[in-house]
Amino acid sequence: MTDSAPVISAKNVWKIFGNDPEGYLKKMPAGRSFDDIRSDGYIAGVKDVSIEVSRGEMLVIMGLSGSGKSTLVRCFSRLHEITGGTIEVEGQDIMSLSEKELIELRRKKMGMVFQSFGLLPHRTVLENVAFPLEMRGQDKHERRERALEVIKLVGLEGREEYFPRELSGGQQQRVGIARSLAIEPDIWFLDEPFSALDPLIRREMQDEFLRLQQLLNKTIVFITHDFDEALRLADRIAIMKDGAVEQCGTPDQIVLHPATEYVRKFTEEIDKARVVLAGTLAEDGLVGDGAPIDAGASVHSLAKLLVQDTRDAIPVHKDGALIGAMRRETALGILVGADL
Amino acid sequence: MSDATTQAPAEIATLSRPRGAVLLVCIAIFLTALQYTGLLPAALHRLPEALVPNFADWLDAIFNFVKDDLGLLVLTRWLTEILQWFLDVTGNLFYGKRRWPNIGPIPWTAIAAAAAVLGYYLGGWKMASLAAATFIWTALVGQWSIAMQTMSVLVIAAPSAFVIGLSLGIAAWKSPAFDRGLKPVLSVLQTLPFFTYLLPAVIFFKVGPTAGAVATTIYAIPPMILMTTLGLQKVSPEVVEAGHMSGCTKLQLLRHVYLPSARTEILVGVNQVIMLCLAMVVLTAFIGMPGLGAKLLAMMGSFKLGRSFEIGITIVLLAVTLDRMSKAWVAKQPEHFERGTPWWQRHFMLVIGTAAFVFFCIVAQFFELASEIGRRQSLSMGKEMDVAIKWFLNIEWVKASTHFMRAFVNVQILIPFRNFLLSIPTPAVILLVTAFALWLGGRRQAITAAIFFSLVALSGWWDRSMITLYSVISAVSLAMLLGLPIAILAARSEKWSKRMLLVCDTAQTFPSFIYLIPAIMLFGITDIAVIFSILIFAMVPLIRYTIEGLRTVPLEVIEAAEMSGATRMQRLIKVELPLALPTMAVGFNQAIMFAFFMVIIAAFIGTQDLGQELQRTLAGTDLGKNFVLGICVSLMALTFDLTILKWSSDRKRLLGLGE
Repeated sequence: MTDSAPVISAKNVWKIFGNDPEGYLKKMPAGRSFDDIRSDGYIAGVKDVSIEVSRGEMLVIMGLSGSGKSTLVRCFSRLHEITGGTIEVEGQDIMSLSEKELIELRRKKMGMVFQSFGLLPHRTVLENVAFPLEMRGQDKHERRERALEVIKLVGLEGREEYFPRELSGGQQQRVGIARSLAIEPDIWFLDEPFSALDPLIRREMQDEFLRLQQLLNKTIVFITHDFDEALRLADRIAIMKDGAVEQCGTPDQIVLHPATEYVRKFTEEIDKARVVLAGTLAEDGLVGDGAPIDAGASVHSLAKLLVQDTRDAIPVHKDGALIGAMRRETALGILVGADL
Repeated sequence: MSDATTQAPAEIATLSRPRGAVLLVCIAIFLTALQYTGLLPAALHRLPEALVPNFADWLDAIFNFVKDDLGLLVLTRWLTEILQWFLDVTGNLFYGKRRWPNIGPIPWTAIAAAAAVLGYYLGGWKMASLAAATFIWTALVGQWSIAMQTMSVLVIAAPSAFVIGLSLGIAAWKSPAFDRGLKPVLSVLQTLPFFTYLLPAVIFFKVGPTAGAVATTIYAIPPMILMTTLGLQKVSPEVVEAGHMSGCTKLQLLRHVYLPSARTEILVGVNQVIMLCLAMVVLTAFIGMPGLGAKLLAMMGSFKLGRSFEIGITIVLLAVTLDRMSKAWVAKQPEHFERGTPWWQRHFMLVIGTAAFVFFCIVAQFFELASEIGRRQSLSMGKEMDVAIKWFLNIEWVKASTHFMRAFVNVQILIPFRNFLLSIPTPAVILLVTAFALWLGGRRQAITAAIFFSLVALSGWWDRSMITLYSVISAVSLAMLLGLPIAILAARSEKWSKRMLLVCDTAQTFPSFIYLIPAIMLFGITDIAVIFSILIFAMVPLIRYTIEGLRTVPLEVIEAAEMSGATRMQRLIKVELPLALPTMAVGFNQAIMFAFFMVIIAAFIGTQDLGQELQRTLAGTDLGKNFVLGICVSLMALTFDLTILKWSSDRKRLLGLGE
């Protein structure tokens, strides 16, 4: 996250569905709630959202179905035309692009993975993966080379000539992932990519996904309704409800300091000890003694130490430098699930 | 809004509808009673001649204006030339018409072999033997040449209908305004009797194969449009978004994403196009199209039942083969080959097919029999079968029973019913139909029904329309009496349901003309033969949808009924039939539509209804009259169609069965 300019920057984005959304948005008084808007005969898919995604960051947008998370990500790629606000991708207002420029942007910079895969049933794995390359007119030989490369990357070697219906769900999604990576996009959208898979495969695909991300280091917007998945993957999480972002922050911020009642309910069932890191609990002025612990360790992984240690404050270091100390009592409280 | 306020209007509507219907029926009975007591003024019984607007002449004027003054005839004559060129080419290839490219006819063995290989590719050995058997039979009974005359038109008409239907379907899907305009035209086209297609085709495209091809094409277009639009609308939004995100332009999206994803529906459309083309191309015999239809028409006309029967078998075999093969194509999914498979292995069947074709072409150069089977060598049993059929009909008990049916049904039921229908005053009939539409459909359907039947009255063909209606109603009622018990019995077991559905599916592929053969065989040229042919034709959808409806009742509901201690009968009456009724209604509706279609063909046997008049117009250039008659049939059919389908979908929604 060294590059300071955000890759995607959304400001006061509105997406309203209905007969005359633009006209309605102009006339709408400030402070209309989701239900108010609905009683006016419109649906607020995205409601006044401002959010930024930095280069190389993985932002997970999460919320229940109908909360507007899929709509928001489709606004980022302009699959939906937004009703109000601005969205800039790498400093360029995407609403001002002509159709040709938009197609160009998608052909060069964006990749997207879909919940139910969105594969073309009449094309083989190879042809599906090569599809975006074919669309931008790359020659046959080149696109074959590239497609084979990505197929290998997602571990589908030997299945190039299969048709989608001959593959399992997990394999089909690998094809979807390979297709979205074929053009080497800078920005990668994933719309609940693992929701349609059964739990065991889902776990495997998440690991696979983390491996790919370490390899490729893309800017990612990932959508899920599964909080555990969000916690596993996210740099930052944005929680959405009724089209609006309730809270956006790092996983432990959200767990420790829920901004609204809704977020608090959402995080209630979560084992906080697995999410909260020593670095978060470290207090700046506090001085501890003895061997320091790593800032990136979760409270859960420190369980044994916390129970056996007798120090009141344990020093915490990050990349070799001390950043403060953590109170053992607080950490123990989190471990046993006591209210903070 | 609270529940109470939303409930109230609905309740009022459902309460007042039956009451309104009863009121209308009462007025109708009152009018009829007046008529019987002789108190009704004649003007209220039948519309006075003087008041009938001369639609036919007005339409004629419009047609003449379009034809001559706007120069449509010049355009169509030019199109005729092009079409004629194509038909000449296929004519040469298939039955050796002396035209460019002068290489035909293709030997029958070559076509049969190629068809068998295609059949194997699509559906394995079964399909291969069906395809081979069809063509070998056709050749052996000496009908190859006439069958190929029919085929040569079919191979032009079906692709044309496909291309036009696909384009219009895409247009309708792209532009909702176009779709809205097209929908009513399509529903009228689908209920318009085929005679109405024929006359304009003749006037604009000359008598013979060209007019036949045009009428066939137009007749087959509507389902292709509907299936295309349906398929394109059903493409999953995610696949489309994936296309967008892959950077497709609009054209790329249509070509690479939409059309391939809608493959199944489009191919189902192709199947329907082929079947409708075959059904129609047989009927174009009425405008002098040579081929199987013409031969059948001639044979039936001269009461040569054996030969008719043979031609019937040929047509049926062709229909079943074409239907099964195109359906197998729908179901066929791509299979992958391992990488590095050589070309000839990937296209193995194509190589074999071409090889067989070429082989038999060469063989035919040396052996006359492999190329053509002449009249003398053919194994036709026409004469012998004639004798056998006549002998069978002359057996005492067969004769007695057909005679009895003729006498009893005709005298006791049909004729009284017809006379009754004719005796009711026009307004009373309109009121009765309106009441029916109000009761089942609702206010909108009732208004449509009233307008449609009033138009029929205004056309001046009321009595003939009533005779048409009488044939339809009595045939469909009889079909219900026979068909429903059969369907309910069959639905009781999985095995029998499957068998019955297979029979129905097969029967539905037969061109309608075929159904006349057994009718004429059994009952000769009588009213009852007409009713009989409509009856078996209409029974097919009735049985099919009844079985389907009964078999798709959710299992839990049946189990719940059983656990409540219902007997078999109780279960059927209280649980299964009510749930199956909306689906059965669709079958009932189709039965009526089929009946309206068949009753017009049956004019060939000799009826006194609209069909007879329509057939008469074919001889002349009475385009206006032809159109008025066709529209009368269409309006009556549409009234039932709109009402029953509305009821069915309402009812399905009410039962939560979904569409």
